[in-house]
Amino acid sequence: MTDITSQTEAALAAIAAADSLDTLEAQRLETLGKKGWVSLALKTLGGMTPEERTAAAPAIQSARAAIAEALEAKKAALESAELEAQLARETIDLTLPAAATPKGSVHPVSQVMDELAEIFADLGFAVATGPEIEDDWHNFTALNMDETHPARAMHDTFYFPDKTSDSKDVLLRTHTSPVQIRSMLAQGAPIRIIAPGRVYRSDSDATHTPMFHQVEGLVIDKDIHLGHLKWTLETFFKAFFEREDIVLRLRPSYFPFTEPSVEVDVGYSNEGGRRVVGGHGDAPGHAWMEIGGSGMVNARVLEFAGVDPAEYQGFAFGLGIDRIAMLKYGMNDLRAFFDGDPRWLAHYGFSPFDQPTLSAGVGARA
Amino acid sequence: MKFSLTWLKDYLETTATVAEICDALNAIGLEVEGVEDPAEKLAGFRVAHVLTAARHPDADKLQVLTVDTGDGNPLQVVCGAPNARAGMKGVLGLPGAVVPANGMVLKKSAIRGVESNGMMCSVRELELGEDHDGIIELPDDAPVGTSFADYHGADPVIEVAVTPNRPDCMGVYGIARDLAAKGLGTLKPIAMPAFAAAGACPVEMRTDDAQGCPAFYGRVVQGVTNGPSPDWLQARLKSAGQRPISLLVDLTNYLMLGYGRPAHAYDLAKLQGAVVARRARDGEQVLALNEKTYTLDPEMTVIADDSQVHDIAGIMGGEHSGVSDGTTDVLLEIAYFDPARIGATGRKLGLSSDARTRFERGVDPAFLDDGLDLLTGLIVELAGGTPSEVVRAGSPPAAPKVIAFDPGLTLRLGGVDVAEGEQKRILESLGFSVGSDWPKNPDVTCPLRRRDIEGPADLVEEVVRIHGLDTVASVALPRAEGVARPTATPQQKLERSLRRAAAASGLNEAITWSFLPEWAAEHFAAGNEPPWVLANPISEDMKAMRPALLPGLLMAAKRNADRGAVSSRLFEIGRRYFRAADGLSDEKPTLGIVLAGEKTPRGWQAGKAKPFDAYDAKALALQLLEAAGAPVANLMVMGEAGAQFHPGQSATLRLGPKVVLARFGMVHPATLKAFDVDGPIAAVELFLDAIPAKKGAAFARPGFTPPALQAVTRDFAFLVPASLAAGDLVRAVQGADKANITGVRVFDVFAGQGVPEGHKSIAVEVTLQPGEASFKDADLKAIAEKVVAAAAKLGGELRG
Repeated sequence: MTDITSQTEAALAAIAAADSLDTLEAQRLETLGKKGWVSLALKTLGGMTPEERTAAAPAIQSARAAIAEALEAKKAALESAELEAQLARETIDLTLPAAATPKGSVHPVSQVMDELAEIFADLGFAVATGPEIEDDWHNFTALNMDETHPARAMHDTFYFPDKTSDSKDVLLRTHTSPVQIRSMLAQGAPIRIIAPGRVYRSDSDATHTPMFHQVEGLVIDKDIHLGHLKWTLETFFKAFFEREDIVLRLRPSYFPFTEPSVEVDVGYSNEGGRRVVGGHGDAPGHAWMEIGGSGMVNARVLEFAGVDPAEYQGFAFGLGIDRIAMLKYGMNDLRAFFDGDPRWLAHYGFSPFDQPTLSAGVGARA
Repeated sequence: MKFSLTWLKDYLETTATVAEICDALNAIGLEVEGVEDPAEKLAGFRVAHVLTAARHPDADKLQVLTVDTGDGNPLQVVCGAPNARAGMKGVLGLPGAVVPANGMVLKKSAIRGVESNGMMCSVRELELGEDHDGIIELPDDAPVGTSFADYHGADPVIEVAVTPNRPDCMGVYGIARDLAAKGLGTLKPIAMPAFAAAGACPVEMRTDDAQGCPAFYGRVVQGVTNGPSPDWLQARLKSAGQRPISLLVDLTNYLMLGYGRPAHAYDLAKLQGAVVARRARDGEQVLALNEKTYTLDPEMTVIADDSQVHDIAGIMGGEHSGVSDGTTDVLLEIAYFDPARIGATGRKLGLSSDARTRFERGVDPAFLDDGLDLLTGLIVELAGGTPSEVVRAGSPPAAPKVIAFDPGLTLRLGGVDVAEGEQKRILESLGFSVGSDWPKNPDVTCPLRRRDIEGPADLVEEVVRIHGLDTVASVALPRAEGVARPTATPQQKLERSLRRAAAASGLNEAITWSFLPEWAAEHFAAGNEPPWVLANPISEDMKAMRPALLPGLLMAAKRNADRGAVSSRLFEIGRRYFRAADGLSDEKPTLGIVLAGEKTPRGWQAGKAKPFDAYDAKALALQLLEAAGAPVANLMVMGEAGAQFHPGQSATLRLGPKVVLARFGMVHPATLKAFDVDGPIAAVELFLDAIPAKKGAAFARPGFTPPALQAVTRDFAFLVPASLAAGDLVRAVQGADKANITGVRVFDVFAGQGVPEGHKSIAVEVTLQPGEASFKDADLKAIAEKVVAAAAKLGGELRG
């Protein structure tokens, strides 16, 4: 008995002292292996009488259990230490930079066009388009500017040397208004559209570029009047700037394609050197700025566009997209819009995931 | 239009302030562009009396003055003007005043050691004229100590923008009429000076061009004395921004600016025979008052005598017969010219003038006789002389427009309810005739000067603008029931998703000009089509419509590189412009991409910086085509990307052999050179109009259950001719057993050691998807044999 006890103690000590899985395996073979002394001792039980066995078995069994348990525990400890050592060797410097993913952006003009589409869709407007290279009939004549009209000369038109097959002058559209004509000719009345797009004027200075963006709005129905025009613009600007204190001032003006014609001013204040839209233009610290032209569509224009002015009437408006984008998002240099400088595009552009929606608010905050 | 408050008050009896007048002008559609109040500019300048003048102890050219400003405490002022002397009266700027001419703030200072408490000013320093020879000398009766602004009669000047439909407001009187209608005061009748006409006009006047010049009136005034105009006249003209020239010229300008009525005065001594309005002869020339010679054509109306052309009718007079200081006899002309012809002539000659602006918009046809009498009377009064009777050739349009106007239209169109009586008052105050039985008899007669009034909508505008647009209340547009309907077209949805897909791929959206330098358009021309060039480009750089999106993006990439940018990843969605058969345009929606500079910068992991390659372009092209809903699995990679691309590193993506959806690849070195930009640069163009629209797609996807059995993969390596396109091999393998092969992926391409000359090794991983039952060895063997056979048809040989 004492023999087994001392042998067990010696084995447990050796297991505890094992410093590697190999020495531990050697200990296992020495004890629990086929030829190990514990295994051999267990085998002797087979040759004993039941009485002898009852007397000898518990000591042997308990030695086996103790050693097996010690082996298992030591093995786990050694493996864990080895893993820790391996992981320690695998340590990396995570202050090193990870590979950068280039970030793309959506141009402010596109973003604002999407915002326009979203807001006006809610008011029942579809988005219409038309050619940028137009004939003078769609760009001028049908908009009540015949060849001798002084307003034609004021448009700084880019012309092509070509003529259409029906002898009309070919030009770059000076406004988005020809889309009114094309849309009415194509689908008649009633109609509610906006038409955003590129327009061109032979004009270039700090605040004008020969190409810029406009959005046209057109509503033709049976009982549309100036009050609806005012509401529509107010409603749009409130939604676009996401503020309720938008105040518009309508001033009489003149456009050949509308009668009456109305210039639209919006109240603003200067905050930190920037124009911030909102408030009454006559309030202290506020002023008015021109933001667009509009009016009731001239009966002649309706006739040119194949709509009966005795039955239908409505309004049209035009806004500068670049300009309202600048007002909303704080750009101050129009020329930079068309430069393609990635620094500017990254700063003023929008994440592709800033898709304007009514539920999230159409605008994307900085 | 600029005019002083005083001038306005010549015609408008009013107590309104400048601010009230400006508000009213804005409200009625005469937009105020600026108000200049000289009193503000002249604040701090006073009428002063020089009491003593003594030589400056340390400067020969300076004097030390004592100056009385009326408060009993004479100031010491150092002055360099030669005319400064004791006893004179002048203008003293006190410390704190700002010199109008140069913005200098005056302060108490020491000049060469002598204290000076202000500055005696010259005419030029106060921006009252050019004279700078000495300080201003005021008359002896000038009240010492009063503000110089008050003494000088400083008069606010208002500038308004007159819209082209309102030539009647291109004279101060017309503006006064509008303001009176708005309730700002009472319009005074025109004060007609009395004079006695004696004898028939000694000059024959005739119009031989009744179309271009329907009415041609005139009279002679003999024995006039020309010279400088009186102060009141000069002050008015100056307020309008006109330089006074001489009495006779100034009076014609006064008639034009005050009453919107251009007239012309000829020096009678320079005329020979009858004065005739006629068409110019082809090539006829005239030296105009602006000292330029114009060559005329028969579409233009002129005024000529027996010897030469004296006036480009309605636009500018001739130098030869213009009045001068020595003129004693004048022929006054007042005419009505056809507005359209004046406009056409002015545009053709590139000649603008105040007269043209008015004539081409249409002057008042009812103001010829009165205008001529007004001018004559003023000449007789100020320059003397004896006027003849008027000679009249032709007659101006005289039939007034009559419009049936229902007062209810103001509410229906203008959205504001204005009482009938008020509507009548407004129209009448603007010169419209409204019958006493209106609106039972709906006729409203328009004044002849209002050519812009065409129909009832114009009358609504008149009523509403005078009544006040601010009274129009907002009314909500009728709204369709339920949630707003989707409105975007398939093309719009396509562009929107492509834009955001491209940005999500790390590209920055740019917007570049639609026009290019001609060479750039030529470089990217499609086929042999010459660039579409503007007739009047704004510059050589913005001349030809773009036939591709890449040149604009390449130029942007160059600008960026020149600014030191490490890379440009730009895309643009816009149109390419081509001529259509009908002479109009064929504008093709396109997406362009340029990848320039470093794809990845040098790094601790990646090593050297990596440029973009053609596969980057291909990846973007396919990714975006997929986002656009194109059937990318069916696309063929073919050649002919265009001469602007590297011939060996570019391709087109086609749906069938003809429909090109995209081109991509490396930009040709010659193109890089032409655009003066460093390569390599990869580029893509997607032709959005070629992408087939999704047809009738429903919301529900086709039914699908992931296969229950696991897919297996088998690798094959083939030795193929070096010229074989990998894509052909993949397609062949794919087609070897369509039922079981669901994927073929190239995972290795190798040439060199172990591969015979003229060959390469392509290794593919083939994915096999079992259906109902797992593959048996025999199945796999059969499929492998089909794969090997398919490759063999292309000259491929299975490697051991």
